[in-house]
Amino acid sequence: MTRFYDERLDGEIATVDRTALKAAIVAVAPDLTLLDREEDLRPFECDGLSAYRVLPMLVAMPSTLREIESLMRVCFEHDVPVVTRGAGTGLSGGALPLEKGVLLVMSRFNRILELDADARIARVEPGVRNLAISEAAAPYGLYYAPDPSSQIACSIGGNVAENAGGVHCLKYGLTVHNVLAVDIVTIEGERLHLGSEALDSPGFDLLALFMGSEGMLGVITEVTVRLLPKPEVAKVVMASFDDVERAGKAVGDIIAAGCIPGGLEMMDNLAIRAAEDFVHAGYPVDAAAILLCELDGIEADVHADCERVRGLLEAAGATDIRLAQDDAERQRFWAGRKAAFPAVGRVSPDYYCMDGTIPRRELPGVLKGIETLSAEYGLRVANVFHAGDGNLHPLILFDANAPGELERTEAMGGRILELCVEVGGSITGEHGVGREKLNQMCSQFNADEITLFHAVKSAFDERRLLNPGKNIPTLARCAEFGAMHVHHGELPHPELPRF
Amino acid sequence: MPHLQDRRPEFARPNEPGPTPNAIEQDADDSEALCEQVRRARVEQTSLRIAGGNTKAFYGRSICAGAELSTRRHRGVVHYDPVELVATARAGTALGDLERLLADNGQRLAFEPPHFGESATVGGMVATGLSGPRRPWVGAVRDFVLGVRLITQEGKHLRFGGEVMKNVAGYDLSRLMVGAQGTLGVLTEISFKVLPKPAASACLRLELFAEVARQRLCEWGRLPLPITGAAFEPASHGNRGILHLRLEGGEGSVNATRQRIGGEEESHRYWEDLREHRLPLFLEPDPRPLWRLSLPSRASRPAIEGDWLIDWGGTQVWLRSGERDIAIFEAAQAAGGHATRFTPCGSESSPFTPLPPVMSRYHRQLKSRLDPEGLFNPGRLYADW
Repeated sequence: MTRFYDERLDGEIATVDRTALKAAIVAVAPDLTLLDREEDLRPFECDGLSAYRVLPMLVAMPSTLREIESLMRVCFEHDVPVVTRGAGTGLSGGALPLEKGVLLVMSRFNRILELDADARIARVEPGVRNLAISEAAAPYGLYYAPDPSSQIACSIGGNVAENAGGVHCLKYGLTVHNVLAVDIVTIEGERLHLGSEALDSPGFDLLALFMGSEGMLGVITEVTVRLLPKPEVAKVVMASFDDVERAGKAVGDIIAAGCIPGGLEMMDNLAIRAAEDFVHAGYPVDAAAILLCELDGIEADVHADCERVRGLLEAAGATDIRLAQDDAERQRFWAGRKAAFPAVGRVSPDYYCMDGTIPRRELPGVLKGIETLSAEYGLRVANVFHAGDGNLHPLILFDANAPGELERTEAMGGRILELCVEVGGSITGEHGVGREKLNQMCSQFNADEITLFHAVKSAFDERRLLNPGKNIPTLARCAEFGAMHVHHGELPHPELPRF
Repeated sequence: MPHLQDRRPEFARPNEPGPTPNAIEQDADDSEALCEQVRRARVEQTSLRIAGGNTKAFYGRSICAGAELSTRRHRGVVHYDPVELVATARAGTALGDLERLLADNGQRLAFEPPHFGESATVGGMVATGLSGPRRPWVGAVRDFVLGVRLITQEGKHLRFGGEVMKNVAGYDLSRLMVGAQGTLGVLTEISFKVLPKPAASACLRLELFAEVARQRLCEWGRLPLPITGAAFEPASHGNRGILHLRLEGGEGSVNATRQRIGGEEESHRYWEDLREHRLPLFLEPDPRPLWRLSLPSRASRPAIEGDWLIDWGGTQVWLRSGERDIAIFEAAQAAGGHATRFTPCGSESSPFTPLPPVMSRYHRQLKSRLDPEGLFNPGRLYADW
């Protein structure tokens, strides 16, 4: 038992002998790479949320579809849970292993199977890196739009599992808007093809259901993505504000004027200073906040939009407005934003990245709330904000070596997420629930809603063998840790098993 | 756990209609009565036929048994904040009312949903999941749904998703409901992402041979051009057909593209008539059923006898054909897509392409977990569930 999976709350897991399981897998998949020595398992003990670490019982690295199917059938037969891992860059512990489970590592599925420039699609294996798709499409003037900040390393399979976003979501959408089809292997070892190259399919929209399902419903074995023509031109305007609230209002003014920027990002003073110190982007270190507004499209439109945005920013009280003069300066403006996380990492021994979404109008109140929490917990917070789509990334600065500080940080992070839910937002915009936000799910959803999630899960994985203990909490967990209201110790649905 | 109270600002509502004599036209929250009707149906073991404005009742299998559950009284825009680009409406809200409210604020539902009649509701639009000619360029209904409230088979009123652009907490049940035709629950409220109307637009017609039109669309598709509509009407044997194009964007890009592409200007009415099925192919008396084929852009056109109109830049085909249903399903599947019969069949068969056995099994399992008693629209999509 680890602190990350509590069988009493999260459900019992069968104890299976590792050697016997290995023998059963080898019998049906003799060429499948299996790792079971501690030194081989160690690199897989965590994903991008490195504060959470568990050694899996076994690591499987298949190279063929048939190996995945065989592996799934054996695990299903032996009641062994399977956690699927892509590139391991996720920030919510979605690929955190189970000590009694198999970790299915998809990194060998790394081929681009087909790229058809006329049809504007690419068919790829799930281990292909996000950026590799755009690189392969670049000679044709095309690209794959969603660009999470980890795009150099993260895999498309992981992007589907998390419904990954990025800085261009408001205009170009999330993963769900840019994927046409996925191939799945179920826990019973069956193949499903969801979606198609056509723009819709008969029956339920299972493709949408699998987007962001965090490896809980099936294993992704192939992805067909839509490619877009590259915008002809992109320009960036940087505006400084001496007041965070004014910057937030300027974001609303731009959108109210009918302008949908390709990217619209906001950073607060602590984030500005850290980024400037790190990459020398030319940021104004005395500003309370900056806005980076990228306008892209066809030259004539972009030029007109830039003028309009400049006028709106002036009217909103910006103290300084700069239009990147050339592509080098544009890249520099963005470099500061894209390096904001590691930059904050330089000014503090550790940092903890949160991922709440809020209606944009609530920004001033939420930032004040975070300031109050920061004082209450004695921890500094830098704020980076995908302002266009209301996705806030507060970075809590802490020192993991100071006793009790990690726990205090986690508690404060939980409070920030609850604050997001209170104003009508969500506990996660793009990083996923994973293991990290399991308890906070209980404040966003009530017992009946969580019960319906479990019903959906049971249609695909009745025995709860795919990534158990992630994404959807049990009612027992909500009763113990969450904010779920339990009247006189009575849980809703007393007839349901308390897994 | 109680849901947190809405703290949302009021929104401007120009053209607020005055009091009307017809009670059904007034905004009202009828959700408690709807929940009660579901609970009663469960106790009495009667299935429910969910109805909105009945403009799309023809779409899908007809449901014989069961009482009607009408969402018409549960109507009204609950919340609309143009600056947030989000609107939330009750299922029984007239689609036209929602669109007028958005238009008053310079915004729209970008996926251009067909109405098929004045009484079309927001709930029916989402339940059928039908999108208009702009779909390939901006997305479908499902791409703009941010959250829903729905009534479960236990009569519970639940909320999934919300009013924020990005939200990955839990499974995406909101999008699962789009096109499920009410078979998984009763939609009561839907939140949408809305978008500003473009500054400029132009509608063009060009006379081209089918193969040339196909090549041009392919070429233009690889360039960042502001195309948001492309439909081709073939001509009689050996003649040029007509390619209808719509451009929407900034003044600069629309003007530049119009120059580049050439052709004659035409009225935007063409696109409304296409969306609403008011063109001759749809309207003229014809004993042959109307079909919709959804195809990959690189598929070659299935060899089916009949009259055609090609929309969605080649990926949606409207077809009048007297061929047998099974032949049309198979031809569409062989091309990598699927077919839907738009003219009611009046038989036991489904107008939707049959699902492969493994997909059918997972559909049945999902239906049985969310609606074990089979209360909601039984047999609406496929006969056995």
